[in-house]
Amino acid sequence: MTQTTEAPIADRADRAGSTPAPRAGATSTFAKALNAALADAMEADPAVLMFGEDVGTLGGVFRITDGLTARFGEERCFDTPLAEAGIMGMAVGMAMNGMKPVVEMQFDAFAYPAFEQVVSHVAKMPNRTRGKVRLPIVIRIPYAGGIGGVEHHCDSSEAYYAHTPGLTVLAPATVRDAYFMLREAIASPDPVVFLEPKKLYWSKEEVDLAELRRTFDEGEAPRRIGRAVVARQGTDATLISYGPSVPTALGAAAAAAEEGRSIEVIDLRSIVPFDDETVCESVRRTGRAVVVAEAPGFASVASEIVARVQERCFHSLAAPVLRVTGFDIPYPSPKLEHFYLPSVDRILDAVDDLQWED
Amino acid sequence: MSTATNGGRGSMLGGASDGGAAPAADRALLPSAEPVQLVDPDGQHNHDDRYPLPDGEQLLGAFGRLVAGRRINDQANALVRQGRMAVYPSSHGQEACQVAAAVVLGNEDWLFPTYRDTVAVITRGVDPLQVLTLLRGDWHGGYDPHEHRVATQATPLATQLLHAVGVAHAAKLRGEPTVVLAMCGDGATSEGDFHEALNFAAVFHVPVVFFIQNNEFAISVPLKNQTVAPSLAHKAIGYGMPGERVDGNDLAALLAVLGAAVDRARDGGGPSLIEAHTYRMQAHTNADDATRYRSADDVERWVPRDPILRMRTYLRALNLLTDEGERAFADEADAIAAAIRKGLNTEVEVNPAELFEYVYTEKTSQLREQAEQLREELARDAGAGAAPDAPADGAGDEGDQP
Ligand SMILES: Cc1ncc(C[n+]2csc(CCOP(=O)(O)OP(=O)(O)O)c2C)c(N)n1
Repeated sequence: MTQTTEAPIADRADRAGSTPAPRAGATSTFAKALNAALADAMEADPAVLMFGEDVGTLGGVFRITDGLTARFGEERCFDTPLAEAGIMGMAVGMAMNGMKPVVEMQFDAFAYPAFEQVVSHVAKMPNRTRGKVRLPIVIRIPYAGGIGGVEHHCDSSEAYYAHTPGLTVLAPATVRDAYFMLREAIASPDPVVFLEPKKLYWSKEEVDLAELRRTFDEGEAPRRIGRAVVARQGTDATLISYGPSVPTALGAAAAAAEEGRSIEVIDLRSIVPFDDETVCESVRRTGRAVVVAEAPGFASVASEIVARVQERCFHSLAAPVLRVTGFDIPYPSPKLEHFYLPSVDRILDAVDDLQWED
Repeated sequence: MSTATNGGRGSMLGGASDGGAAPAADRALLPSAEPVQLVDPDGQHNHDDRYPLPDGEQLLGAFGRLVAGRRINDQANALVRQGRMAVYPSSHGQEACQVAAAVVLGNEDWLFPTYRDTVAVITRGVDPLQVLTLLRGDWHGGYDPHEHRVATQATPLATQLLHAVGVAHAAKLRGEPTVVLAMCGDGATSEGDFHEALNFAAVFHVPVVFFIQNNEFAISVPLKNQTVAPSLAHKAIGYGMPGERVDGNDLAALLAVLGAAVDRARDGGGPSLIEAHTYRMQAHTNADDATRYRSADDVERWVPRDPILRMRTYLRALNLLTDEGERAFADEADAIAAAIRKGLNTEVEVNPAELFEYVYTEKTSQLREQAEQLREELARDAGAGAAPDAPADGAGDEGDQP
C-alpha cells in the first residue's frame, strides 16, 4: 500500500545521534507500531498513562502494551479491576487532574459498559465547562471483524461514537498511520476514540519505527486527524473507505485495473473530523463513488458519507453514490462471517452498477 | 406492580428497621472463616455441624458426572488443537463446581452459565454438540434455553446475573417454585452489573443463588488486583444477603453448600452468594499464554487438590466406588467424548440465508432485500440454481417458546 503524503526522511538519518541508523528494509507490524507509539508517547510525556484489562503483565490480549509496565513501571501502565465503566470514569478524573490517560477497551463490544461515561461525560465535559475542562483521553478499541472471532469480539461500533458530538474518531489502516495517528491522538487535547482494526494487527509494512519516531518528535509528520489520504490514484470512480475495509477496497481497485477501470481509493483515516475536501475533490474528478465499510449500512458512517457527497458533488455525479457495507444483522459467527463482510466482488459489482453505459 | 413482595421477610431496609437488626443477625450474613470443606485433599471426611455430608448415592452419581466433565474438557481441548473448534475456555480443575451447579437444581429451576461453564451446561442435560455450536463457530448459540432451562452462555461479563434476577423475579410474581443459579468468575465481580444484580436480588428478595467460581485469575489478572475484600463472599453482607465460601475442589462440600442455598431460596429465604475457591489449571483459552503471568509452580501446587482425585479416594475407601463402577463411569465419559468427536469431525452445512431469519420476528423489507441480494450472489457464484434456499418464514423456529 503506498502513501504519497510523506516527505522523504532518509536524509535525516545522519542527524540521529545515538539512535541507530535506519535499517534498510526494516519492517513492522501494525501491532508493533502501536506498541512503539505508546512507548514513545510515554517517554515523551510523563503525564501519559496506560491502563485497562490485562494491559500490564500480559501486555494486552493483542500485546499492544507489551513491555510498557516493565519499562515505565506499574504506575504508568497498569491493570485495573475488571470494569469498563470504572476504567472510563477514572480516566475522566485523571484527565481533570493533569494526566493524559490512554485506556484500552479489550474488545469493541466490551466497551459498551463504558458507554455512559463516554457519551455523557467524556464527550460533553469540555462543552459543559465552556472549555475549562479539556479531556485528553485516548480510548483504544480493538475493533471490527474478519478474524473468526466469537460473538461480542467483532463489532463495528464506529457509528455510536461518530454520532456523539465531542469525540474524535479515528481508524488507521496502515502501519505508518497506526503509529502517527496514535501519537497524534495522545497529543490531542480532545478525547479520541481510536479504533484498531483487529484483522490488520498482523499486517506488515516496510517502515523503520525509529524513523517514524524522529519524524513525529521533530514535528515533521503531516497532520492526520481530519485528513483523508488518497491511497491509490484513479480517474474513473472513487472508493471511499476506512480502517479494516481499506485493504479490501485496494484489492477491488487492483482487480478493476485488470479490467481496464481506473479506480481511486480514499482512506479516510479520520471519521470525525471528516475530510470533506479530499473526498469531494476526488469524487468531483471521477464523477462516481462507492463507500465501503464493514459496519451494518443502516444509519451508519457510510450513510453519512453518501449524504455529504451527494450534497456537495451532486452536479459532478454521473451515478448515485452507492454503499457496500455489512448487512443489517448482528455480526455473524465465524463460519458465516465471509458472507457478511464487504468483498472485492461485492465492491466490483457496485462499481459495475455506476451507470457506465455512455 | 408492587415491589413490596418480600414475603414477610422484609427488604434489607425493612429488615433493619424491624426493631433494629441484632448484631448476631448481621454476623449470620458473613461467610465462614474458612471455606467449607467436607472432604479434604486426602479424601478424608471433615465433620461440619452446619453442612451434613451428602449421602453416598448422591456423591457417587455426581462423581460420575465429574469424570465425564474432565473428559469433556480434555476432548474439547484436543478438538481445538485439531482445528475443529475455534476456541475453548476450559474448566479443567473446576469440574466439581461445574457438576455441583447443575445437579443441585431441579427441572423447574434455571441455570445462568458463562462461556467457561460448558461442563455445567452439559451436566444439566443439554446436548454437547448443541452446546459446542458457539465455540465451533456455526452460530452464536446452539441450544434452546427453554428446553433445559439453561440460559445462553454469557460472554459479556456479569450481564447474565441481572437476567437471572429477572427470571427469578418473574417466577416469584407468577407463583412458581423456580430457583435460579447464576454463575460468574472472580473477575466479573468487579463489573457494575454484578453489584446491581446482588442489590436487585436482595431488594426484591428473589430466589437466586449467585455462584462465583473464584479460580484466582481473570485472564492474566490475579484476584488481589480485583479486590481487597477479605473474600468475595464478604460482598454479600453489603447487600443484606448471606455469603458463604466453599472449597471449590470438594464436590461434597459444593453439593452441601449450594444445595442448602437452593433450598433456602426455594423456601422464600431470598438470595445468597456462594464463593467457591478453586483454580484455573489451564490458560484462559487456547489463545492465551499463561506463562506470561504465572509460574508452573503455582499451577503445580493445585495438582494434589484435584477434585476428582480426592472424591475418588473417599469413595474407594468406603467401597462405594468399585473397579467395575469406575470402568462404567469411564465408559460413559468415553461415549460422550466419542459423540463430541464424531459430531465435530462432521462438517455442518451453514446456511447463509439464516443470517437474516431471526433478527426480527418478521423480516424487515430491508432484510428481505439483503437476503435476496446474498442469495443472488451465491447463485451466480455457484452457477444458477445451486444456491441455498431461504428457509420459509418461521421455519427453523420449531420448538416454539412457551
Ligand atoms: C464486559 C466484558 N469485559 C471484558 C471481557 C473480556 N474477558 C473475557 S473473560 C475475561 C476474564 C474474566 O475473568 P473471571 O470473571 O474471573 O472468569 P474466568 O474467565 O476466570 O472464568 C475477560 C476480561 C468480557 N467478556 N466482557
